[in-house]
Amino acid sequence: MERRTVFGGWLLPILLVLPQVLLTGFFFYWPAAEAVWASMTTQDAFGQGVVFVGLDNFVELFIDPLYLDSILRTAVFCAAVGVLAMGAALGLAVFADREIRGRTAYRTLLIWPYAVAPALSAVLFLFLLDPRVGMLGRWLNRIGIDWDYHLNGTQAMLTVVLASAWKQVSYNFIFFVAGLQSIPRSTIEAARMDGAKGWHRFRTITVPLLAPTTFFLVVANVVYAAFETFGTVAALTHGGPGKDTETLVLKVFRDGVINHDIGSSSAQSVVLMLGAIAIAAAQFRFLGRKATS
Amino acid sequence: MRRDRDWLAHGILALGVVLFALPVWLVFAGATQNADAIVRGELSLVPDPGGLSVFARVLIHGTPGIEPVWHMLMVSLGMALCIAVGKIVISILSAYAVVFFRFPFRKLAFWSIFVTLMLPVEVRIIPTYAVMATFGLIDTFAGLWVPLIASATATLLFRQVFVAIPDELVEAARMDGAGPLRFLKDIAIPVSGANIAALFVILFVYGWNQYLWPLLVATDPGLDTIAIGLVKTISVDSQTDWPAAMAIAVLALLPPVAVVLAMQRWFVAGLTEGEK
Repeated sequence: MERRTVFGGWLLPILLVLPQVLLTGFFFYWPAAEAVWASMTTQDAFGQGVVFVGLDNFVELFIDPLYLDSILRTAVFCAAVGVLAMGAALGLAVFADREIRGRTAYRTLLIWPYAVAPALSAVLFLFLLDPRVGMLGRWLNRIGIDWDYHLNGTQAMLTVVLASAWKQVSYNFIFFVAGLQSIPRSTIEAARMDGAKGWHRFRTITVPLLAPTTFFLVVANVVYAAFETFGTVAALTHGGPGKDTETLVLKVFRDGVINHDIGSSSAQSVVLMLGAIAIAAAQFRFLGRKATS
Repeated sequence: MRRDRDWLAHGILALGVVLFALPVWLVFAGATQNADAIVRGELSLVPDPGGLSVFARVLIHGTPGIEPVWHMLMVSLGMALCIAVGKIVISILSAYAVVFFRFPFRKLAFWSIFVTLMLPVEVRIIPTYAVMATFGLIDTFAGLWVPLIASATATLLFRQVFVAIPDELVEAARMDGAGPLRFLKDIAIPVSGANIAALFVILFVYGWNQYLWPLLVATDPGLDTIAIGLVKTISVDSQTDWPAAMAIAVLALLPPVAVVLAMQRWFVAGLTEGEK
């Protein structure tokens, strides 16, 4: 949609749009271009300069079993976090949508974890699940379960999934509550009159009508789990034990910042950027063109 | 029948509330207790009033190896405010230019911003670091926030708000002799008040919670944010000062939670409307 009435002149608008365009150029396009360039180079044997190697870094990446493992691990992690955080949020939202006393208070008490930093949720879970200082972790060991997420890879994955999902429930809850509120009461009432029972009504009326919200949240949760949980995983397990909780973002950080393998980490950055763009494009197509219409 | 249903709802919601609150309460109670007791696993869920002084201790002195907590809170606050205000200001200006003017490369400017919609800082850390070094922004306060304020999302949001301003209003303002800057100040910004409030909460939390970016771009301990300091406290090799770590965790949590709760109404509306 375009406005009919606009102001004249073009110097002022250019000045107004300039800060955003410059910052976008300096901190999005330039780095992206650098990454694409660096991903096609490698250090020469003497470490004196860079050599252009074309797509070699990408080929190496995708025949490297460690990288493929990391992709798979990240996918499993995202799926687990998404299912857990969305499932719990939907359950809570359905009950918070009921006409019960104190529901405003419940909502307030259920949204504040949105504000908790990923790195901080890691520390909260450390005090819960650490085998030495964590209350639950010690209890598990006392009742005979050999619990130590510093040593056991499966337990480590479970721990980072729980810590990441815990924080994300609030975000999903806010959207599910809004989604449920937008379902007309008359639709629900009509279904009730037709004799549809609770669970059946939920499955045949509520779930389909929540589909747009759900799709948006699937994308948001994948983006959250894939990119924003660096702090959670880094603080809890550093990607370990071994590489059992090393997601793609942690691997970029390790290869680029700690091991200084610029060619490979740039190639990994490019892959991540393409992934993020693909997710954005999918969302854009699905949610329609409202944003730019 | 109906009553039973209500009890079920209360039960489930109360369980959710407890599951959210419990880890925080545990950490708060733990902070006030004896370090040896924590290591022995004798953590009590009842706080010890005598141990509350740990909060004053970490605020004023910090723990060995990290800055005093008040200083890290200030860095986090400064970073969060600069990111929130910076993003809102440049997004309002760019959206205003794109909606209310026709100028060369207008479409190009808009689309070049739009394309970056979903490129989180995490996917571009390595190359952005190189650019930061070129600008001499490594280990500076500006380096913590300037690269994070470009925002496609906020620009799109304000664009939607501005497009909805009726043409008649613009006509009327022009008849009264109001120029574009006057219209921005007196009409465009006031009508987007609710959106600005909502966006402020979301961006403040976003800024406060950054971890990977400050970790990468600032190694000077004087620029440590509270999240960085907290992870440093629990990562020391030898004996961790657990009560101090727990106290820092509580202090790190309070400001963003307070902002969300204080502005809950705008925040919830803004979050769910902005995405649809």
